[in-house]
Formats: sequence, structure tokens, C-alpha cells
Amino acid sequence: MHLATYLGLLHTSLRTLAEAFREVAKGHGEEPDVQRTCEVLAARIDGQVSKLAPIVERYGEHREPEPERLHTAEFDQTRSGGVGLLRDLQDLYALSSFTDITWTVVGQAAQGLRDKELMDVVSSCEQDTARQLAWLKTRIKQSAPQALIAARG
Amino acid sequence: MRTETDKFHPEFHSEDAGYCHLVDRIADVWGPRTPHERETNWPVRVDQQLADGLGESDVDRWVQSACVLCSNGCGCDIAVKDGRIVGVRGRADDLVNRGRLGPKGLYGSWQAHRKDRLIRPLIRRSGELVETDWDTAMREVVHRSQQLLAEAGPLSHGFYTSGQLFLEEYYTLGVIGKAGIGTPHMDGNTRLCTATAAASLKETFGADGQPACHADIDLCDALFLFGHNMAATQTVMWARVLDRIAGPDRPQVVVVDPRSTPTAEAADVHLAPLPGTNLALMNGLVRALIERGWIDEEYISAHTLGFEKLKTAVEPYTPEHVASICRISPTDLLRAAEIFGTSQRVLSTVLQGFYQSHQATAASCQVNNLHLLRGLIGKPGSGVLQMNGQPTAQNTRETGADGDLPGFRNWDNPEHVEQLARLWNVDPLTIPHWAPPTHAMQIWRYAEQGTIKFLWISATNPAVSLPELSRIREILRKEDLFVVAQDAFSTETTELADVVLPAALWGEKQGTFTNLSRVVHLSEQAVEPPGEARSDLDIFLDYAYRMGFQNRDGDPLITWKDAEGAFDAWRECSRGRPCDYSDITYERLRAGSGIPWGGERLYVDGVFPTTADYCEDYGHDLLTGAQTTPTDYKAERPDGRAFLKAAEYTPASEQPSDEYPFLGTTGRTVYHFHTRTKTKRAPELQKAAPEPWVEMSAADAARLALADGDVVRVESERGGVEVPVRIGRCRDGVVFLPFHYGFQAANELTPTEWDPVSKQPLFKISAVRIRKV
Ligand code: SF4
Repeated sequence: MHLATYLGLLHTSLRTLAEAFREVAKGHGEEPDVQRTCEVLAARIDGQVSKLAPIVERYGEHREPEPERLHTAEFDQTRSGGVGLLRDLQDLYALSSFTDITWTVVGQAAQGLRDKELMDVVSSCEQDTARQLAWLKTRIKQSAPQALIAARG
Repeated sequence: MRTETDKFHPEFHSEDAGYCHLVDRIADVWGPRTPHERETNWPVRVDQQLADGLGESDVDRWVQSACVLCSNGCGCDIAVKDGRIVGVRGRADDLVNRGRLGPKGLYGSWQAHRKDRLIRPLIRRSGELVETDWDTAMREVVHRSQQLLAEAGPLSHGFYTSGQLFLEEYYTLGVIGKAGIGTPHMDGNTRLCTATAAASLKETFGADGQPACHADIDLCDALFLFGHNMAATQTVMWARVLDRIAGPDRPQVVVVDPRSTPTAEAADVHLAPLPGTNLALMNGLVRALIERGWIDEEYISAHTLGFEKLKTAVEPYTPEHVASICRISPTDLLRAAEIFGTSQRVLSTVLQGFYQSHQATAASCQVNNLHLLRGLIGKPGSGVLQMNGQPTAQNTRETGADGDLPGFRNWDNPEHVEQLARLWNVDPLTIPHWAPPTHAMQIWRYAEQGTIKFLWISATNPAVSLPELSRIREILRKEDLFVVAQDAFSTETTELADVVLPAALWGEKQGTFTNLSRVVHLSEQAVEPPGEARSDLDIFLDYAYRMGFQNRDGDPLITWKDAEGAFDAWRECSRGRPCDYSDITYERLRAGSGIPWGGERLYVDGVFPTTADYCEDYGHDLLTGAQTTPTDYKAERPDGRAFLKAAEYTPASEQPSDEYPFLGTTGRTVYHFHTRTKTKRAPELQKAAPEPWVEMSAADAARLALADGDVVRVESERGGVEVPVRIGRCRDGVVFLPFHYGFQAANELTPTEWDPVSKQPLFKISAVRIRKV
């Protein structure tokens, strides 16, 4: 069963995502709302990881040596300035979308397996991921005009 | 002397019962009791204060107005003699105060008028502010404004206004910002005081607007005050409560406040949660109501959305769990829940203890939820007042001077933008609506980053009232930021401006404003402004004229020339919206004493302004502030039902540590208003509270070996102040500082952080340490 591969992928991507939110929080302390919300969201992603644990125990997980699409290295160094913030949020959006669709795939498997427990985990984590995406989109829309039009140099 | 009042209530014109001329409202803040029982009218008691040595017969004229020193908006008449304001008197027939005035109204409202006013415009020349004439000052403002519009576009402009101007002034400013310049960067200092009131009303009911009214105090069986020290903030409203408490069938009173205030002392149950834990407490109350079945299932299913989700969200908040988070007794929590759950009529008020604290909007929404769960809204004696702090804050929100679209219109609804474009005859694309308006703290951030280069500050003193003052002062000093400050007095902010415009005060200009229970008052001009000072309205109109703002036909964008003209334009703008003023006129306002928009109570029929094409906002996720998309909103089919929104409690980021072991919270004294610009010029008020202090519990003081009056240094990570200690009634581990003072200012301590939904800064929670100096 390839579910184990997907659980591994999910696990890694969630960890990466939580880490990325924490990096952005640290790098953008001058935007207190970004800092605070990224911290809150990172803590909730940790929560998703713990919800995944019993599932992983049941189905096992197979981790690929290096999930090619997740470049955590990008977040070692956050950017600065209005456009920098925008780019960092956009990267988070891309990572978050990746986990979103991964949950969707796992959710489909859960339906096929008629695994009620997994279905519940997926549904609550999908809601949580939707919240991340919605917040990122809100904040990106708010910042974009000022960063792209009003900032000089 | 007879007044307009006499015509309507002949029984009030004599000097008999109910008159209370010799008042010392410093010692006796709330005045003598006039007890009454439930469902009887609050008795009249007229308070009056005249300048020393003057009697009533010396007064030439009484001019109709209402007090602008807090959000209660007490109706009053201004006494004029020889062209000067010499006192005030409460209006006996006013539905808000029935003749009463509190200490700020009696002493603070009129004595500042002739003291150290700004009487000529100032302009910065070689680093110094020097006197100039209006033409030079305005030419400079317009020159900089036009230059920046050409170079950098509308996003280079920001406006930071007040909660103390008149409706007409805000609306004019709103039109200038949205249709003249086209910038989303406009907000009021109302962001600091009432943004959460507006946000929680929008989230739950679909639009701003206080559901309840003042008369509900006379009718209720239980009164809940959430983070609201009413005895200090709205003294006349509190007098109304005291008169019920002293009456035969007193309401039960529940107070949520970490301090033991006079309000809390009057309570049957006082819950003192640790600062930052309000949401846990509220989730506990909601859970208890549901668990005990103290809910109206019929009302819930007919008039609300989201009950099951709410129930699940509050499930973990058992009394014991809540008690451990908030450090309160679980028995008290259940007792409070029982009073809420079993009283026939419940009135709730909410203020800064919730609004300026952690998870502000989420906690305030839970108050709305308690009422919805019992169907106690829009009924006599039952409802919610999400209070305003400043006197005219309601108008900042209604007219769009806080950045929202005027008339509670929804920026995310293209049809609402179209309506405004038609009304103003401008291209809808001019009106900024691509994202929510820029909130105050973000405006300051853009100025700090140098993308806002023109900042116009009116009637407010951010160099004292904002968090992290050292940062704010640095921003104001920035070379590449042009600052216009418009004020009646020289303040910490005007000192740092490039152009200072002298403004008229209350009593020196005409206009209307709306109080915390939607009651509109007309405040007439009683005297001429001093020197060359002008009304804020005239200043904005002059700017609009000089800038040459035009509509699509090339005619002037702003067609009105005076306050009544502005009000009539606003009536048109508000027509058909929840805050519909179309049937309120200056004439009607003159003929009575206070008219509420929307009727006495809102939501009498349980129908809320949530239909998708009518609502003011599509709402947010309360935890993060993420917006609900129009599609998601419509999919819920709210159609007139209210939202039962929920969020989980998360610990605040400021927590006491070994290094900063206390939680500092800020607030008001009964004698001062805001940054004391007016109240410090009233000798009685200034004497009663001349300087700041820090209040702490006896146990904490003993541990630090501090005695009353010892001077201490209170420090947070951001800054420190040196003030004397008052051993007071804080709970252990919590210290309190009044925020009014520009020296040793409490906001040196506060962090820059805000609520994710309302964007209101958190003043109520900073980790601090204390040592003797
Ligand atoms: S309660 Fe408020 S409005 Fe009334 S007199 Fe006092 S300060 Fe003025």
C-alpha cells in the first residue's frame, strides 16, 4: 500500500511547514501581527503532526530521502522590506498548498479504507489548513499594493 | 433663564425638586441617589456648574449641546455670558442623562476653552515651528500633497483622526480620503478604543450598531459588565445603575475585571481573571449555559447559525479548566452563569478590559453569543452594549473615517462600492476597495518604512496614546514624513509636526454626534473660536477646495459648505443602510434632546443585517483574522440569522517571567479623559489626579517592601516609568497604571501588538518588573 509513502510525505511537509512559519515569525518581528499569527499557526501545525501520529502507527510511514519539492533552505533566511514580506508569505502559501493537497490525497484513501478515525483527522486538519491559506491570502492582499506601488528603490 | 427645554417639560423650569446646583462632583463622583424600581422612569436630577461668582441670572444664553468627554453623550446646555462659555447644565429631558452630568462634564467640558489655545497656524522653518497665516500654512499642505500625489500616488497619503470630532467632519474627511485622494490609509484613534466593539458587532450581527439602549438599565434584572469599569468611564451611566441598585428590586450585578474597582465592589459576583485569559472565561460561561440547558432552542434555530460548532468549541472549557487558566473560583464562574442563565432580562456591557486585551474580538463575540443563546436581544431590559470609549467614536465608524466605507458598507461588495460611486459621481475604481482599509498601527508602520510620506493627524495625540511611544516619536520626527497636526492645543504631537493647524473646540462650532446607544445629539455653536482657530470642518473643506477635487462631470466633489449641509449629504449617504439617518434632521434634533437612529432597540424582530448583499462585512476567522470570502459567506445562507462564532483560547505572548514577574495593565481615572488635553486644564480635575501612579496589591507591595507613596521604576522590555506606588486593590501579580499622562507615560511599557480581527492594540497586558528608586 502506498498510503505509507503519502503519510511520510505529509509528515515531512507538515514539519517543514511548521518550521517555515516559525522562521517567518522570527524574521518579521517588525510586523507584530505576522509574527504572532505565524507562531499561532505553527503551533497548530504541531497539533496536526500529533494527530497524525496514531495513524502513522497503524499504517507505517515511508519517508523519501528528500522530498524534492520542499526546499526548507529557502526559509533559513527571511527577506526584508515590504516586498520581502510579500515573497515570504507567498512561499508559505506554496508550502501550505502542498500540505493541503496532500491531506486531500490522504483523505481520499481514508474514504476508500472506510477508516473513520483517519477521516476525522483529515477533516479537522483540512479545516486548519484552509485557515492558514485564508490568512496568508488576506495578509498578502493587504500588503501587495503598498509593497508594489508605493515603495521606491 | 428659560431654555428650549422648558417648552417641553414645564415641570423642570422651577428650582424645586430634582435640581442639584451645588455640586462637588469630585468628592461625590456620581452625585446623590434617586432610587427607583424596575420599569419606572429614571428620575430627573439636574446638575449645573457655573464659573465662580456667577449665578443663573448672569447667564445671557443657554445653548443646546451634549457632553463630548466620554461615549455616554449626556445632553447639556452651554451657558454663555459676554460671548464666553461660563458653564454647563444637564438637560432634564434628555433620554441619556435626565439632567445629570459627571465630573468631567461639569468641570472639564468648558474650562479649557480659554487656556493655552493654539490661535495661529504654525509652520516649521529651519527646524523651528513658527507662527504663520492660514494661506501660507494651507498652501504648504496642498503643495506637499499635490507633489506627492504626482510622484508617488494616493498610497503616499495617510490620515489619522479621532473619536472626538463631529459626524459632519468625519464624513467630509471620509469623502476626501476615498473619493478625492483615493487612499485606503485612513483610521481614527478609535482603533484604540472601539475597534473591537465594531468588529464584534459585525462578526455576530453582520453590521455595526449597538443593539440595546440606556433605558434597558431601568428594565433589567441582571447587569453584566465585561472588562468595563463603568463607575470610572461613564459616571452618569453608572449613576443610573446605582439608582437601580438602591431601588427596591435591584438587578444582580456581575463584573469581570482583574481589579477591584468601585464597579466591582457593587457586584454580586466579581470575577477577576488573569489579564489575557478573557476568552477562556467566556468559553466557560457559554459552555455552562449550554450544559445547564439555560438556552432558548427555538430562538437559536430560528435566528442563529453555528450552534453545533460553538458547542464543540466550548466543550473543553469546564469550570475547573477555566478556573485553572483564569485563576478564579469555579463556584463563582457557575454562579455568574446561573445569574445569566436564569434572570428574566439581562443587559451586558463590554469595554476596554476586553477590547484592549488578548483575543479581544473573540472574547467580545462570546458576550453576543450568551445573549443569542437565550434570545435576550432586542427586548426591553435585554441586550448588549458593545461600548464605545470616545464620545464620537460611533461616527468615526459610521462615516468611514476609520477607513471603512461610509454607511456600514462592505468594501468587499462591489455593489456597495458602486452605490458610493453613484452618490459621489466618481469612478468606482477611485474608491479603494481591493483590501480592507489600512488600520492605524499599519499606517504607522508604512510611515516608518517610508511609503506613507504625508500624514494628517486631526484631534488626537498619538505621541502619548499609542503603544511603544519611543517608536512613534521617532516616526513623527522622520525627515521624509510630512506631518500635519490639527488640534486646539499644543500637544506632544503638534510639537513634532511640520504644519500645525489651530482648531475650534466643542462649543465653538456646530455639529452632531452619536453616543454609545446610537443616540444622536446636535451640539450648537455657542461662542466664536479664539484667535484664528477654525472648525475642523472648515479646515477639511478648505483643503478639498484648494486641492480642486472634482467629480466625473468636473464639478466640485464636495458640494456642502457648512455643518448642516454636510449632515444632509450624510443623510443621503446613510439612506437604506443599517445606520439610516435619513429621517433625522437638524430641526428635529433641535426640537428634542437626543434621537436614536434605528429606533430604541435594534433586532426587535430577531432579524439581523446578515444577508449577503446588505451586511457590512463577510466576517473573519476569530483566531487569525483571515477573511471569509464572499463565496463562502453566501454558501452559509445567513439570510438574517446571527452568527454564533467561536475560537479556542490561546495563551497571550506576553507572560510574566523571572525577569518581568508582574503583568502590567493600563486604564483610566474618573477625573481625566484620554491624554488630558482638556481635563488637565480644569483645576478641579487636575487637582484630583495631578500625576500618574502605579497601583498594586498589598501582598505584592509587602513582598517588595514598598509603602504607599514610595517612588518605583516600572519597566518592561520596551521602556520604563518612575511613579509613586498606590497600594490598591489589584489582584496579586497584576499592577495597574493610568494611561492619560504624557510624562512617565504608561505607554512607554506597552508592546506593539493587536487583535487579529479588530486590529485594536493590546494595552492591557505587558510583563513588567518593579524596583524602588
Ligand atoms: S458621563 Fe460622559 S458624557 Fe456624561 S457628563 Fe460625564 S463625561 Fe460627559
